[in-house]
Amino acid sequence: MSAAMDLRGALSTLHHVRAKDDVVVTSMGTAREWMAMGPLNPLDFVFVPSSMGQAPSLALGVALAQPNRRVIACNGDGSMLMSLGALATISAESPKNLVLIVFDNGIYEVTGAQPTPGSALGRADRRGVDFAAIARACGFTSVFRYDDLERWRADVRGALGANGPVFIVLDVAPVAGAVGPKSPGPTPERTKRFMEALRAG
Amino acid sequence: MLLGEQVASLFSELGVTHVVTVPDSTIGKWGDPIARTGIRLVRVCREGEAWAVAGGLHLGGARPLVLIQCTGLFESGDALRNIVHDWKLPIFSVIGYRSYLNQDTLPGDTCLVFTEPVLDAWKIDWKLITKPEQIGVIREHYTACRAAQKPGAVVVAEGKA
Repeated sequence: MSAAMDLRGALSTLHHVRAKDDVVVTSMGTAREWMAMGPLNPLDFVFVPSSMGQAPSLALGVALAQPNRRVIACNGDGSMLMSLGALATISAESPKNLVLIVFDNGIYEVTGAQPTPGSALGRADRRGVDFAAIARACGFTSVFRYDDLERWRADVRGALGANGPVFIVLDVAPVAGAVGPKSPGPTPERTKRFMEALRAG
Repeated sequence: MLLGEQVASLFSELGVTHVVTVPDSTIGKWGDPIARTGIRLVRVCREGEAWAVAGGLHLGGARPLVLIQCTGLFESGDALRNIVHDWKLPIFSVIGYRSYLNQDTLPGDTCLVFTEPVLDAWKIDWKLITKPEQIGVIREHYTACRAAQKPGAVVVAEGKA
């Protein structure tokens, strides 16, 4: 990472511009911060509990089933590394309505800030893995990367509205002492509400 | 053992909209017939992905089915646990049982040791079919699981790996 923005600021920028009828899937650190920003939209799918790495795949499924609705998946870099093949799967299906955002802080935040094998600190060559390059190589054509909050704020609408599937990397700073997100409630009830919200249009 | 056309026709009759899959040498032959029915075939890179994609499809109102080999079941562990048990999504799967009918290629294939205990460990309600004429078991079990809104699987015996 060349620089980094504040996670809360990066995520609140998305929170501010997401359309009312967008689905937003959050997991791990992004779920924690998203829930702290106020009442959830019925189309917010807080993927807690999760299977680490599966948020983009779950979002792909929703996007394929709901092709007329934008689906935004918020993923961490450690989670992305766990399921890099999902990038090939997504680009193979090429859903126009899917946006995948990777919040790259270089660490496994909630386990004590250990470096990921994709971060500069976690690698012998001290060169971080380039997620944007991987996404391009997998076939994504709308790929963006931001390490500056002002640029992200200025470009966010354009990036989200680019020809999908869209891949965005946001270089964010680790949150000191961060803990894992707490489940916002029983999953069957949340599933029911989410599915009802999707059906309601 | 089962013909792709038979399976495809059955999936179509059951109202399956998406088959999320990683092929093996048996179930891989079913892909084209399934796609010809109009069911969307979603090819994933590893089986763990299949459960999350199917979970998302279900949430979005589709009727997905996961089609993988038993080795992929082993790979699926945490993703399956999360989708089927944490989220209680009633995802149905058809799972190829490697070497069940013929171990010439892989004598002593440990798939025969672990497939059934793993399904039991994950608390999946499963049925085994070993003959083509048992294809109706898929219809019956799928229908029963759907009515109960619970996950289920049919394990299909395969020949040489």
